[in-house]
Amino acid sequence: MYAVELKGITKRFGPVLANNNVDFSLKKGEIHALLGENGAGKTTLMRILYGLYSADEGQIFVAGQEAHIESPRDAIQAGIGMVTQHFTLVPTLTVAENLVLGYPTGFNLQPRQIEKQVADAAGRFGIEVRPSALVRHLSVGERQRVEILKSLFRNARVLILDEPTAVLVPQEVDVLFETLNRLRSDGMSIVFISHKLNEVMAICDRITVLRAGSLVGTVARAETSPHGLASMMVGHETFGVSREGQQAQGKILLEVEDLSALDKKGLPALKNISLRVHSGEILGIAGVSGNGQTELGQALSGMLRPAGGRIRVGEHDLTGASPDRYTAARVGRIPEDRHGGLIGELSVAENLALESLDPFTHSGMLDRKAILGNARRLIAEYQIKASPTDRTRTLSGGNMQKVLFARALSRNPQVIIASQPTRGLDVGATDYIRTKLLEQRDHGAGVLLISEDLDEVLALSDRIAVMYEGEVVGILPAEQATRSELGLLMSGAKRGTAASGSLPGKEAASHAA
Amino acid sequence: MLIFLVGLLAATLRVATPLIYGTMGELFCERAGILNLGIEGTMFFGSFVGFAVAYATGSLWLGLLAAIAAGVLAGLLMGLLTVSLGVNQHVSGLGLTLLLTGLSLFAFRLVFGTNRVQPSIPPFPQIAVFGSLPVLGPIFNQYLLTYAAIGLVPVVWWLIYRTSFGLKIRSAGENPEATDAAGVSVFRVRYLALGIGGGLMAAGGAFLSLAQLGSFIFGIINGRGWVCIALIIFANWIPLRVLLGALLFGGVQALQLRLQASGAKVPYELFLALPYLVTIAALALAGRNASAPAALLKPYRRE
Repeated sequence: MYAVELKGITKRFGPVLANNNVDFSLKKGEIHALLGENGAGKTTLMRILYGLYSADEGQIFVAGQEAHIESPRDAIQAGIGMVTQHFTLVPTLTVAENLVLGYPTGFNLQPRQIEKQVADAAGRFGIEVRPSALVRHLSVGERQRVEILKSLFRNARVLILDEPTAVLVPQEVDVLFETLNRLRSDGMSIVFISHKLNEVMAICDRITVLRAGSLVGTVARAETSPHGLASMMVGHETFGVSREGQQAQGKILLEVEDLSALDKKGLPALKNISLRVHSGEILGIAGVSGNGQTELGQALSGMLRPAGGRIRVGEHDLTGASPDRYTAARVGRIPEDRHGGLIGELSVAENLALESLDPFTHSGMLDRKAILGNARRLIAEYQIKASPTDRTRTLSGGNMQKVLFARALSRNPQVIIASQPTRGLDVGATDYIRTKLLEQRDHGAGVLLISEDLDEVLALSDRIAVMYEGEVVGILPAEQATRSELGLLMSGAKRGTAASGSLPGKEAASHAA
Repeated sequence: MLIFLVGLLAATLRVATPLIYGTMGELFCERAGILNLGIEGTMFFGSFVGFAVAYATGSLWLGLLAAIAAGVLAGLLMGLLTVSLGVNQHVSGLGLTLLLTGLSLFAFRLVFGTNRVQPSIPPFPQIAVFGSLPVLGPIFNQYLLTYAAIGLVPVVWWLIYRTSFGLKIRSAGENPEATDAAGVSVFRVRYLALGIGGGLMAAGGAFLSLAQLGSFIFGIINGRGWVCIALIIFANWIPLRVLLGALLFGGVQALQLRLQASGAKVPYELFLALPYLVTIAALALAGRNASAPAALLKPYRRE
């Protein structure tokens, strides 16, 4: 008998078939991976089990009994808990308040009493949390532990984790895996949603692969390999794209000195950042989400005014300059939020012309023919699946990203600021974008690659800078960068060599270590 | 001077009373994530229903109860629009105010006709708690509803911060997805908060017709609902600061009435504007650090 069994689940969102007749079974006391690319339907399937979506067709069985799960409340009652990618915690409440929310505790709430209750539970499951801390003061790893404890606190016997490692540094991943192993030996059944093969191979007992909403198959870990899983995921063997060879460092194209900036709330987001990007190199910026990468990308494209320091592109001092001056200095930008970089209601052709209207304007009138011609050329060159007159918001994420790339690269930039360029894209589009970035590097452009995907940073970068709490805590040549070294830097546990080697004391310390 | 101050304090409490009810009502709504701009209309409706029922039955208490019930209904109507239908909260609230104002005036005409003589009832009496106290006595000569308004502050604090119901309200206003995922019905919580909020707003309105005036007139609310909207921001959605804000506004209002009567050679409109100028100044200062409930104005829909 299975802890949970899903039979023939089908779910449509408008014309999109998110799950197509999917079967899934979870044994008691196993960690079962749900593997697939972005958009394969993994999260949708589990959101159905947790009552966040309702299935159009299919049945759910919990411990052999058919269950009608129409809301998270039903799921919780059936002993199912879910830790979603966006944590469902209330930041202004304490850990204890978050845990007892919706849990029958009586009308009167005494903070001491519920904090003790939560501390007891945390001790019982071996999960370290501070019950009286406000959730907004917790790190991402701590929040995730609170989420897991929340499910256990409600007597969950089935725990669904949606891409739990996406937000963690490698050391936090180790802690998570220890916790999961302990829970498994206590008889918990765990669904582990992921698209990372090495993690799945490290911790899961069985693996179910979804592709484009349909079930590809379920295999035991012992009977498969990362290669086998990869081909199940994408339907063919993949090789991935990565940097080859080392280039001699060219001249400095982008120089950032002592840059500091404030975020929207007026708090320091960037603290004395110094970086250099040379011609013909990719400088990767690694770091856990929210450590100033967004602000760095904005500051280097003129969207955020620096509070101090200098930014030079080639010969030009662009400190505090507006975005159009960056464009004029041949800085190509791939913004983090691709919906913010494009205007959804305008056509693809209009968006492609938007960053530099002068060549398409004659005495104040737009030259529609030139705009359409430009679009046709770029659509062909960058393999964008769209026609010039399509409204941009109707495009898929991958094609939107190609539009942004085409616009930025068609102006022959000397510096490229690419923020999270492949986030949310499928394997094909990701490979394409990475190839384009490497192409630019080989042609002598300087690329600043800001990415939260450590594999991407490792695969593409010549040098890797790590950001932690608004600072660059270390810059390593790619050949010296290991995952564990980067992990230590990303978690703030260690500081490495600073950018220009201008901090001799710290340099010595890192050599000693 | 002392007598002037005592009179000023007594008047401050009177002016603050409907504001405390209104703002506490708004606090429930907004803490649950709903901006209820129906407050002006709900207070007006409450003052009309309270007066009409008290006039018809001869019982002020029945009038007050009916007013609260009417306010609860108004809150639930707001819930129907913003919670169930997901209509824009600004539009719903302003619409509700227009509806309830018009409805009250229309019903008043239907019931009372267009008499030259304004219909009136004997209002709630003032109760002297320390009547024998020399000099300070008048401060403690207030309506029962005023004492209740002050007693309401710790009760609301307790409800919001020390009960599971308050926890659900705060969660629904900060992160409805998390609230839903925890198995709490966001709809139910928001409806309840709107109902309670509406009842409190209407009680504030009924205070004016049943205690302060003993009658119902067109300008009875006169923008007090909008003042409450400002006060809730000033108070940063914290019950104790609501009391503070209401007393501040009440104090300036009481002061300007006395300044007008002092016969100073200044256009009286300036004095009339004084409380609002102070409100704007206080808001500009306090509002900078205000942190509204994160989900305010956002309808919640589960996909």
